[in-house]
Amino acid sequence: MKVLRTYPDKCITCHNCEAACSKLYFKEDNPEKSCIVINEELYPPEMTVCNQCGICAGVCPTLALTINAQGVVILNKSLCIGCLMCVAACPNNSMRYAKGVYNPFKCIACGICTKSCPAEAIEIETA
Amino acid sequence: MNRKLIAEFKYDLAPVIRGYNNRSLYINLSTNEIKQKPVTDLMIDKFVGGKGFDLYLMWHGVKDDTKWDSPENEICISFGPLCGNTSYPGSGKSIVTTISPLTGIPVDCNVGGHFGPYAKFSGWDAIELQGIANEEIIVYIDGDRGIVQILSAPDEEINSHILAEELVKEFADDENKYQFVSVVSSGKAADNVLITCLNFSFWDKRRKVARLKQAGRGGTGSVFRHKKIKAMVVKYSGLKVDSNNPVDVETIRMRGLKLHREIEAGDDTQNRMHQVGTAHLMEIMNDYDLLPIRNFKYGQAPEAEGLHSREFKQLFTQGMPDGCWFGCSLSCCKGVDNFEPRTGPYKGQKVCVDGPEYETAAGCGSNIGVFNARDVVEINFYCDTYGVDTISFGTSTAFAMECYENGILNKERTGGLELTWGNADAALELLHQMARGEGFGLIVGQGVRKMKQIFAEKYGADPNFLQDIGMEAKGLEYSQYLSKESLAQQGGYTLALKGPQHDEAWLIFMDMVNNQIPTFKDKAEALHYFPMFRTWFGLQGLCKLPWNDIEPADNAETDEPAKVPEHVQNYVDIYKAITGKPLDKKTLIEQSERVYNFQKVFCLRMGKGRRIDDVPPYRAVGPVTEEEYLSRQERYDKQLKEKIGINPEGKSTQEKMEILRNYREDQYQQLIDAVYDRKGWTKEGVPKIEHLQKIGMDLPEVIEVVKRFI
Repeated sequence: MKVLRTYPDKCITCHNCEAACSKLYFKEDNPEKSCIVINEELYPPEMTVCNQCGICAGVCPTLALTINAQGVVILNKSLCIGCLMCVAACPNNSMRYAKGVYNPFKCIACGICTKSCPAEAIEIETA
Repeated sequence: MNRKLIAEFKYDLAPVIRGYNNRSLYINLSTNEIKQKPVTDLMIDKFVGGKGFDLYLMWHGVKDDTKWDSPENEICISFGPLCGNTSYPGSGKSIVTTISPLTGIPVDCNVGGHFGPYAKFSGWDAIELQGIANEEIIVYIDGDRGIVQILSAPDEEINSHILAEELVKEFADDENKYQFVSVVSSGKAADNVLITCLNFSFWDKRRKVARLKQAGRGGTGSVFRHKKIKAMVVKYSGLKVDSNNPVDVETIRMRGLKLHREIEAGDDTQNRMHQVGTAHLMEIMNDYDLLPIRNFKYGQAPEAEGLHSREFKQLFTQGMPDGCWFGCSLSCCKGVDNFEPRTGPYKGQKVCVDGPEYETAAGCGSNIGVFNARDVVEINFYCDTYGVDTISFGTSTAFAMECYENGILNKERTGGLELTWGNADAALELLHQMARGEGFGLIVGQGVRKMKQIFAEKYGADPNFLQDIGMEAKGLEYSQYLSKESLAQQGGYTLALKGPQHDEAWLIFMDMVNNQIPTFKDKAEALHYFPMFRTWFGLQGLCKLPWNDIEPADNAETDEPAKVPEHVQNYVDIYKAITGKPLDKKTLIEQSERVYNFQKVFCLRMGKGRRIDDVPPYRAVGPVTEEEYLSRQERYDKQLKEKIGINPEGKSTQEKMEILRNYREDQYQQLIDAVYDRKGWTKEGVPKIEHLQKIGMDLPEVIEVVKRFI
């Protein structure tokens, strides 16, 4: 099982993680297109990111969402028809969608964000 | 399979533009002509799409005296401008029309499965099938390459659960692409009887089977098989969220997401579609005395506990995204996996059964006195694969059983079948006989109207009694709700253009339970609005269920909760977002009103549709027999006293029944007067010319027909 763990007590809300994520996957610095979301209106900040529970995979009508050998839920874009049923089914709002992006997107525990975090508030956990 | 290419037509692939292809596909099976026809501005402006296109094309394809088996009779299948979007739940419907073998007038069926969206994205707004083939054929549409073919079909198989799967595997590019193929087929019974249906498939990737959804009503399967069509197959691999090329894809996505979330949050406490589909209605209908028991005699029975939705929940595989089109999070189409039939040619084999839905559970269960869920599943399975409509089968079998119980039929007349209430074995044998083309099943398979005629002529049965208990109007069997205590629903059934199906108006709760429409005027308004609103689904290629089988949390606080205002607004929004055309809640109804009145005039043209055709059997209105009266004596006596002002004391049951009958039949006629007036029709049920002019359905060919009746 590979998953991104969050430690809100350590988060300093610099949003570097969001920038790193959206830059990697969408080539732009745009928190709307980040798989991790930092809400600094709460204290400690709310850090929303996929916990790889797999509920979304259970509702996907085309089997575009599958769980790989490491326990990570992966979206096969070629099978996705953009219905967003997974977004509604996600119990912690970590299946993401954005205007102009027809496929939903989610954290695949790649770890790029952890490298940008100055506070060790996120880390990849492999069990 | 070694198939002979009989005819081929190549066409240019082009993207859908704002929900329309602007062309339809015409296939003549007698001459093997295949061609494309333009979808004109008039068609879009006046008929919108879906059922509207079907009826328009069919009107110009048939003659005044066309019968169901005439070569020129057509099967039209159309999809509608909103069909095929993957964002808003319930957007994958096909609408099938034909001249029905049961009614002689157009029947329309709204059916799920993948065929509609795939055929649409292959390049067609409608498909028109005319003529009769010389040999068994398959119509194949390859939407990836732009080819339509008529192929020989020497396949031995006809029954849908096998044929659909075989054809998916044959026409798919490889085993990873089964989901891009969909099949329309019927079954062996459709070669022999009239209460038949078409099955529209969708490949279930999880179960790895071809699931089947039914264009159920009116005998479409018989027309299909009479034309010697074994199947229609479509292949399309390019589905995307914006395949309709909408003007505003974001609005559609956001309306869809909002509804997905409502369903996610509310389904478990509202209708439990995820768990049991429409079968959730079983106990509700039984509780309210509305579940048909033994040919609609009663609305409630203690044994109906055996058909409680919990019984079906145990059989339905749970936790599956059971949508019949992508993006439908309501997921109502439940499946029984690894079911082993105990009778018939597939006895002991493991099969996947679609359903039972409410109509099937009630029609093939309580209405024939069968209260075992597994028996209902087995009847459901054989109905589907043989191409038999579960609603007409249930109501026809219930009628035959009541005739048996009354001595009109006996073992000799049924060829040895004991058609007693609850005899599931006998009901199943009727089905197998329909498929084999032998025995009493062939009589039951003609439907209630023909049975009434046969039983009166051959067995000397009292035609008046048969008329009273034979649950059909216009030749079509009633669907499965008891309408005795809801005058509005009596109208909803009997005024439905194609025959008594609840898809035009389901007003029982508004009328009987909640008393929201007490006056004739109120009922007439509801019998105007709801049929028009529901017609709109058929114009667009949409399903009715996501409209009111899930409601926003604050719906009860709105001005008109029965209309589910927020969801109506969603429909307005997604129509505008796909087509780019203006629409509001008022013009939405006007779109429907044009097509509805066109269909009404079409019925008149084909010989039905006047007031004399809008007559319910008395079983739909009140108690026919003493046992029915006595079973609810307190209720009926109270009505005599309070509504009619007659003291029931000292009167015989027969006397009371007669008074009640006169009153109820008079009430029905008063309702009809009010509804016709509201709809802009004469007292004989003919649309007035000035009304047709007002709503913009005054085409010369329409006016010409109306003038024959005024």
